[in-house]
Amino acid sequence: MSVETPVFEELTVEVEPARGPMDWVRKNLFNTWYNAVLTLAIAAALMLALLALARWLVGADFEIIRVNLRLFMIGGFPADQLWRPWASTYLIATMVGVVAGSLAAGARDRASEAGVPLIGTTFGQIVLRFWPIIALVVIILAFTTTITPALLTIGAAVAGLGSYYLGRALPRTVRRWTWLIALILLVGAYLALAGFGGVGWESWGGLQLNLFLTVAGIMFAFPLGLLLAMGRRSSLPVIRTISVGYIEFVRGVPLITLLLAGAFALGFILPRDLRPGLVTRMLIAITLFEAAYIAEVVRGGFQAVPAGQVEAAQAVGLAPLKTMRLIVLPQALRATIPAMVGQFISLFKDTTLVAILGVSHMLKTTFIVNSQPDFLGKGLFVVTLGFAGLVFWVGSYTMSRESRRLERRLGVGER
Amino acid sequence: MRVLRLFAQVVAAGAVVIVAYVLWFNLTNNLRAAGLPTDFQFLTQPIGVDIPGSGLSPGATIWRALLIGVKNTLALVVVGIPLLTIVGVLVGVARLSTNWLVAKAAGLYVEILRNIPPLLIIFFVFYAVVLQFPVLQESINIGDFLIVNNRYLAVVGFTAQPNFGPFLLIMAGALVVAAVVWWWRTQRSERTGEHHHRFLWSLGVFTIISLIGFLALGGPIGLSRPVLDGRALEGGYVGLAAYFAVLIALVLYTASHVAEIVRGSILAVPKGQTEAANAIALSPIQRLRHVVMPQALRIAIPPIISQYLNFTKNTSLAIAIGYAEVTRITFQTIGNGQPAPQMIFILMGIYLVISLLISLIVNIVNRRMQLVTQ
Repeated sequence: MSVETPVFEELTVEVEPARGPMDWVRKNLFNTWYNAVLTLAIAAALMLALLALARWLVGADFEIIRVNLRLFMIGGFPADQLWRPWASTYLIATMVGVVAGSLAAGARDRASEAGVPLIGTTFGQIVLRFWPIIALVVIILAFTTTITPALLTIGAAVAGLGSYYLGRALPRTVRRWTWLIALILLVGAYLALAGFGGVGWESWGGLQLNLFLTVAGIMFAFPLGLLLAMGRRSSLPVIRTISVGYIEFVRGVPLITLLLAGAFALGFILPRDLRPGLVTRMLIAITLFEAAYIAEVVRGGFQAVPAGQVEAAQAVGLAPLKTMRLIVLPQALRATIPAMVGQFISLFKDTTLVAILGVSHMLKTTFIVNSQPDFLGKGLFVVTLGFAGLVFWVGSYTMSRESRRLERRLGVGER
Repeated sequence: MRVLRLFAQVVAAGAVVIVAYVLWFNLTNNLRAAGLPTDFQFLTQPIGVDIPGSGLSPGATIWRALLIGVKNTLALVVVGIPLLTIVGVLVGVARLSTNWLVAKAAGLYVEILRNIPPLLIIFFVFYAVVLQFPVLQESINIGDFLIVNNRYLAVVGFTAQPNFGPFLLIMAGALVVAAVVWWWRTQRSERTGEHHHRFLWSLGVFTIISLIGFLALGGPIGLSRPVLDGRALEGGYVGLAAYFAVLIALVLYTASHVAEIVRGSILAVPKGQTEAANAIALSPIQRLRHVVMPQALRIAIPPIISQYLNFTKNTSLAIAIGYAEVTRITFQTIGNGQPAPQMIFILMGIYLVISLLISLIVNIVNRRMQLVTQ
């Protein structure tokens, strides 16, 4: 006797294909009466906003930015030393190119080892990914009065592109040291500005100072944050208590209180013959602040390392320090990359706060230029604030998009 | 090994103590050299500046000014947190709307707002919106109901008339009756299976009883209309324009972050839950209210707490447009020659206490949520 197996008839679900644009509109915008109302209301509001924006853009006087563009970008950097910011821009473009090229080469090699065809990035995709930056550079160049900045920018782009291909062509043994090359180029970029009779950071300003405070803040805070994170995981109660106490204290107070302490109180607790300048004191405050947040980011990375990894390392007889250096840290730090980018963005936005203490960076410049005799009392705050807002928005938006991309690529949170 | 562990800890503790001692030594010496006090006695000295909107004279003591500052900070926090939650949840849900335009508009809002520094948003609201209003003498007056100028915003307020006390009692009674009605409707609905409409019923009962009481007592609540009297606004509820600028800017900024959290939490609810809700024919609103939201909220609450704390800490940015919250008052006091280390010490202590209080309150709520849903 044979058992009759039930036969399920495959149901063919009739998926209604969209029939032209009108059908799409009906399904996505007017499917119910309240959606229709919402659609109309929002469409009207967006139209009005766009109209107002367009009218403002046409009517506003951008002379204030044209005249002060250099002040916005590099503050009061001496005019006869202009080659320095440009040299440092070129070095940074080279650095970005080399790092990107080296990363791309790594991806290519991994793909060929795994036998997976590598899907190359097309030029169109690059433009789609970085359109805000490209648009911003075009807008800024539109405000320049001579052709030189445009030519120099194109030159920097060419340098970046060239070093990208250089980075891709690097042999594997050299690629392992990409981080060192990047660091050297970064230090070079700093020296181009400040070294050899240049201008120290106390006299920097504009967007340059915002970027410097962000990069330097993260770089100085990272080792401290790493130590704090390890201290927080330590089995030694005293060290753990010190680390937890520091982290929770700093995370419980606003950055501005630390900046106030840097501006007004730091001088009291340092020895009397040690009198760092205002920007340095701001940098110290930012570093101390950021270290606590980086510690938490790194702690998250530590938690992403499975306990079995440490146990396996112990099983093969690795010493605790070696376990940390060879097993835990590489995995933990890889898992923190997206969150670190997030921290970078957040600090980039937070650097605006030092304006309150009188440091003349990008945001402060929007007020300085409004008190110039030519523009005094004309109420051009909206123009200057809009320009500063655009710059910050482009930076943060691009970085946050790249961070999300990285998160997907690294597969963080998919374990 | 144990000796080594002990040694490491003693060294760490010793290093902290030595550093603290050296800094303390420098601090007291430097303060004395600058002719500044090393204790907190100076808090009883006069503040010496005028604090707008506080009614405090420049002769008031520093610690009273600080209390005013704390009050002003809390005024931002207490109003801002509910507001930003509402805006954030609405935008977060809107991002997942089936209406293409609603989803895109919400996405636009989030992507623009959360990538601009909050300080810049505050400046923008202040300079592009608040300062565009006319000066005091030419205030916009909407039927004596709302008066707006570039320094104040005044709305019509309420004042107690005779019989206000009895009316409060009647309102309390109405609330009790409404609760009973609520319970009765719920019971009935469970017995008969009919829809309870308990909210409408309770609201109706409460309104009717209150209205009868109001009329019977001959209008125990009167209106106080704002009046422009020369150089000041009298009557009604008067708020500083700077307060609203900070409030609006920070609510919009923080709400954009909350919206992202809400969106992520809703997406984290397994798809099967939505499909199951659809299968038992729940309406979209019921599905959100009874199936998706309770589960999403559990995921969303911890990151939203940290957004509340961020909001609280960001209220300190009000310093930049002159709203007299606690950071601004500290800043002014330091500017008046009072010792900065002590003032900043107090300021940090105040923020730590506020942060702790908020996490305490929200954690209690969180624990209850988790228990209910499990």
